Amino acid sequence: MLRDALTFQLGYNATLVTVAAVLLGIAAGVTGTFLFLRKRALVSDAIAHATLPGIGLAFVALTLSGLDGRHLPGLLAGSAITAMSGLFAVQWLSSRTRLSEDAAIGAVLSAYFSLGIVLLTVIQTMSTGQQAGLESFLLGSTAGMLLSDAILIALGGLLVVALVLLFRRPMSLVSFDPGFASTSGVRLDRIDLTMMGLVLGVTVVGLKVVGLILIVALLIIPPVTARLWTNRVELVVILAGAFGGIAAWLGAGLSASAPDLPTGPLIVLVSFCAFAVSMALAPRRGLFSSFVRHRRFQAGVHMRQGLLALAQGQPIYEPLTIRLLKARGLARADGMPTREGTIRAARALRDEKRWEVARATPELELAAARYDGLTQIEDVLTSDQIAEIDRRIGPPEAVQ
Amino acid sequence: MEARLEDVTMRDVRELAAQGGPLVIRGMTVAYDRKPAVFSVDATFRSGRITGIIGPNGAGKSTLLRAALGIVKPLAGQATFFGTTLGRSRDRVAYVPQRASVDWDFPARVVDVVAQGLYRRLGLLGRFGRDHDDMVMAALERVGMEDFSARQIGQLSGGQQQRVFLARALAQDAMIYLLDEPFAGVDAATERAIIKVLKALRSEGRTVIAVHHDLSTVEEYFDDVLVMNVRKISDGPVGTAFTPEALDTAYGGRLERGLRDPRKALA
Repeated sequence: MLRDALTFQLGYNATLVTVAAVLLGIAAGVTGTFLFLRKRALVSDAIAHATLPGIGLAFVALTLSGLDGRHLPGLLAGSAITAMSGLFAVQWLSSRTRLSEDAAIGAVLSAYFSLGIVLLTVIQTMSTGQQAGLESFLLGSTAGMLLSDAILIALGGLLVVALVLLFRRPMSLVSFDPGFASTSGVRLDRIDLTMMGLVLGVTVVGLKVVGLILIVALLIIPPVTARLWTNRVELVVILAGAFGGIAAWLGAGLSASAPDLPTGPLIVLVSFCAFAVSMALAPRRGLFSSFVRHRRFQAGVHMRQGLLALAQGQPIYEPLTIRLLKARGLARADGMPTREGTIRAARALRDEKRWEVARATPELELAAARYDGLTQIEDVLTSDQIAEIDRRIGPPEAVQ
Repeated sequence: MEARLEDVTMRDVRELAAQGGPLVIRGMTVAYDRKPAVFSVDATFRSGRITGIIGPNGAGKSTLLRAALGIVKPLAGQATFFGTTLGRSRDRVAYVPQRASVDWDFPARVVDVVAQGLYRRLGLLGRFGRDHDDMVMAALERVGMEDFSARQIGQLSGGQQQRVFLARALAQDAMIYLLDEPFAGVDAATERAIIKVLKALRSEGRTVIAVHHDLSTVEEYFDDVLVMNVRKISDGPVGTAFTPEALDTAYGGRLERGLRDPRKALA
């Protein structure tokens, strides 16, 4: 079943939903990257919740003018208008009052959401007979998706991706260093507005598929996941788009093969699984790799301290140090060095002395800045430089 | 007496603006809430010289720079670059912000940050070509960081971060360089490398302005100083403006006795 779904063999509706979801996932991941790098990820939550009153008002307006109250473009246009006013409310509160942005987000988000819920409840009591389904915008509903809906979502997603690509340079400049960006002639307010406008676009487009409560997950989780795997903005953007698209594809596929399960939450869960796996396994930034790196560093420090202690005939008290030296055949159980241990200890002491000289030599200062107690001086200086240092230290002491 | 001094300053300002002096600041006042951080500062920075902006913490030195660059909005006053507005002279103005003002965990390599200095050349979609690559590498070489070009910026030491910021400004190939605390928290080797670059910029006829806090190096590093504490206290060549009296006013007697006389502080 799942395989059929993923290869678009599960019927017309499932295919429409999957294609729309994938494009939405890509657009959300790509846009969310800059939101995340600008450290304004939660603004998207305020924008998303501020769509709800717009949906209600648009429904009322459509119905009153004798049209179909569930006309998707009309509802989305309404949601965009209140979302925009929510965004401006957050910006006004955080720039013109003493409220910080997180407090402003909390206030705006809850106020707009409450207004939306009240409107939807009022609409329930209206006697138009077609209001059922408005609450599906809370968590998305893909059951009755039309071709026109899918086309709207796909075009919106493509437009967002194109705009992100167009503005990627100023957006990443502003995210990293707004002061420098501004002196380079980037208009901060315009770029921030563009960024938020794109987020708004993704949110509105995503209402049908994942709903307003979960859209923030599609904007944030893929970029955070991508960040774990790479150290370059462009690659974060590409990977975030890929993660978002794949999560949407798998999530939509799962929900198509088990029709009782909701699409939006499944997409978010798949996305979260990718995040959890990346968090554990990503090179450098992952938990496992951090743990290994830390243990390796710790072992290196203990070895070095142990060898220096051996070289100077000092007792070693740390059990870990003794264990490490023993395991490498450098010391015996009573803490006395083996022959190999004596040689290595003398070498460590010599390295330490060379570093000492290097650090006191102004011309070597830059190289000496790499001293961390572990790096061998041979890895940093040329043999000529080391010979010069050795000349100053004097001949090595004989190793017994 | 005071009025006459005022007149002289204003005439200088107009003359220099007419000649296209690199930076002229007039009546600059910046306030956060209602407390002025910079109050009515007039300053004329001379071409081809290294000027230090000196004063205690909270004296508004960085704020003055940021206001001149339009990063913070002044309450009153204006700055002209080369006799015209900042907007018309952006290609000739480079800014090196405080190192601590950005998050160095940002996903970028050293080359990516230096390449930001080429933003005005590249625009939105301009292709990053080989000559751009060369400009980035040349800038990195000037600060001795060419071996670090592919390094993730989060792995740099404070001094290396500062050099990268300076390289980004060098890539801009500007005529005036404004640096905010370029020597704060850097190692001695970096400090020497930076001052060497600044002196090289001066010998190329460019203008350098740096916010600085270490009084003991002022005479060695700067041609001119602007001593301030919210208000301007003195300005001009180091020999005439960097006086014990000016420092006493700026620091309000908070200086150690030895530091009050800068010449003693050097010893």
